[in-house]
Amino acid sequence: MKVLICIGHVPDTTSKIKFIENDTKFNTTDIQYIIGPHEELVLTRLLDLRDAGNNMNITAITVGLAETENTLRKVLAMGADDAIRVNAEPTNAFFVAQQIAGVVKNGNYDLVITGKESIDYNSGQVAGMLAELLNFPSINTASKLEIQGEKLIFERETDLGKEVIEGVKPMIVSAGKGFAIEPRIPNMRGIMMSRKKSLAVLEPTQNGANTKIEKFYLPQPKGKCKMVATDNVPELVRLLHEDAKII
Amino acid sequence: MAVLVYTENWNGNFKKLSYELVSYAHSIAKSIGSQVVCLTVGNVSNENLQLLAQYGASKVLVCKNADLEKFTTQSYSSLIAKAAETEKAKVLIFASNASGEALAPRVSVKLSASMVSNAVGVPTSVEPFVVRKKAYSGKAFADVVLDAPVKVLTLTQNAYKVEENPQNLNIEDFQYQVDSADLKMLPSEIIKSDGKLSVSDAEILISGGRGLKGPENWGMVEEMAQILGAGTCCSRPVADLGWRPHYEHVGQTGKVVAPNLYIAIGISGAIQHLAGVNGSKVLVAINKDPEAPFFDSADYGIVGDAFEVIPQLNEAFRKFKAQQ
Ligand SMILES: Cc1cc2nc3c(=O)[nH]c(=O)nc-3n(C[C@H](O)[C@H](O)[C@H](O)COP(=O)(O)OP(=O)(O)OC[C@H]3O[C@@H](n4cnc5c(N)ncnc54)[C@H](O)[C@@H]3O)c2cc1C
Ligand SMILES: Nc1ncnc2c1ncn2[C@@H]1O[C@H](COP(=O)(O)O)[C@@H](O)[C@H]1O
Repeated sequence: MKVLICIGHVPDTTSKIKFIENDTKFNTTDIQYIIGPHEELVLTRLLDLRDAGNNMNITAITVGLAETENTLRKVLAMGADDAIRVNAEPTNAFFVAQQIAGVVKNGNYDLVITGKESIDYNSGQVAGMLAELLNFPSINTASKLEIQGEKLIFERETDLGKEVIEGVKPMIVSAGKGFAIEPRIPNMRGIMMSRKKSLAVLEPTQNGANTKIEKFYLPQPKGKCKMVATDNVPELVRLLHEDAKII
Repeated sequence: MAVLVYTENWNGNFKKLSYELVSYAHSIAKSIGSQVVCLTVGNVSNENLQLLAQYGASKVLVCKNADLEKFTTQSYSSLIAKAAETEKAKVLIFASNASGEALAPRVSVKLSASMVSNAVGVPTSVEPFVVRKKAYSGKAFADVVLDAPVKVLTLTQNAYKVEENPQNLNIEDFQYQVDSADLKMLPSEIIKSDGKLSVSDAEILISGGRGLKGPENWGMVEEMAQILGAGTCCSRPVADLGWRPHYEHVGQTGKVVAPNLYIAIGISGAIQHLAGVNGSKVLVAINKDPEAPFFDSADYGIVGDAFEVIPQLNEAFRKFKAQQ
């Protein structure tokens, strides 16, 4: 089975978010970049399934400029078989989906999988857009994957409970938490091997970003926290009722 | 020209989130000189449909079709795109929930639309069309310009206030033929949850962290939730340790929530945790460590041992509720 996993290159989760150029650009100074945490868990699950003996070739793809190669190398060190970088700035989800769709059309992938959302754009759009561009069936925010013979069995949480869905190849899935708990950490051997693995660089095929970020804002800073003493706990209830008017 | 809202129903019922969507749509419709049309699938009583009119819908399309009894992203997105074309929709609105997030991106591609997810307010301008959304996992917001003639938005839950805008409602049967190619991945099994208030629907959330020491101590958390009609959730390590189910994990890598009131018990307030909860209207932190970072983001706090504070607090909430 051929799997393509879409990897975002995102600011570390502890990053302090700041903007420059009149709040039109993200300030990348001192920012560490990581593999998107959702797709990192998805990749961990795929690697576990492959290493358990399932026949699977795992290719990772990123749409990004040269600096994203460190992230892809880490993905290879975790155990992905090979990687592709589409050499373009990922300006919005539709643009990213278009680039990946171009690669999928030439690749015969059975499963294309993304994280449930990027932790910078938080759009949760790439998988759905990709599915529509390719006219593949899709599952959004799957929470579990099992393999039974040739079958891929997914679970997806809904507002009323959960659904069990058998995959039909080729398909697109977005997922995250639930696929794995802790991400796989690359070991020395993985790191050594990653240097020999193929990382192909492709040029972008289309340019269709149809949204543009005009300006960023930081949330209003909170006022000071009002403290309630432990010998007067009911005061909190009064404050929530009379001061915050929330209960 | 219309503002089309996908108003999902749950066994024939709408919920507060549905009325948020319709109220939001009405406000946009007003600013672009248009009307709100809702689309819903399956059997919904006329009485329930009329509720949509209460919040600003002028028309509701009801699609009854045996092929749509089970959800697939393809069949529902094809239906919605068809309805959008029939109604000449300029703006389409979905919830930022399991189905809205699945459908909106597919629909946006079908309609060559511009799309923004997790909108937090009405457009700041309609010409050009600019919408504010959450970014950097709630650590920031972004104003996004949507260039294409058709715009698709998903609205963050609890971000827009329900407003009454009574209209005369036109109820229409929407005839739709499902393409069998759209029914490829039907769910083979649907497992109903235990009927507990879901983390995303709750207006009040009681959240527990590693400070609660073990799953056996969640009784007092559940009790508080029960008194307040709240939902329960937890920090990531608590879910990872298996003390609580995974769907309760909130934060940057779990569910992002924005209830009216979020009470954090024994949670330190790591940046990844706060990223998922800082959209809440009021934050309360209860922690025995006065230096816990949560106090920097909280509106109200108690420095104390949860095992002593929570029973007293539950008692006080109970008294308050009895007086109401
Ligand atoms: C990539 C990444 C993603 C992450 N995503 C998330 C996420 O989505 N959500 C999330 O929650 N975390 C996330 N984390 C983890 C996060 O960094 C913190 O480790 C986590 O939030 C801590 O959980 P906690 O506050 O429950 O536990 P701790 O940090 O152990 O804090 C326990 C708190 O309880 C207090 N306490 C102890 N005993 C008592 C008592 N008797 N009474 C009152 N208070 C008491 C302590 O003072 C302490 O402040 C992520 C981390 C990484 C690296
Ligand atoms: N630039 C990118 N390159 C490859 N995959 C991406 C990129 N951006 C986002 N993705 C994938 O798409 C998912 C959803 O992203 P988004 O729609 O931006 O929230 C992420 O979790 C990634 O798996």
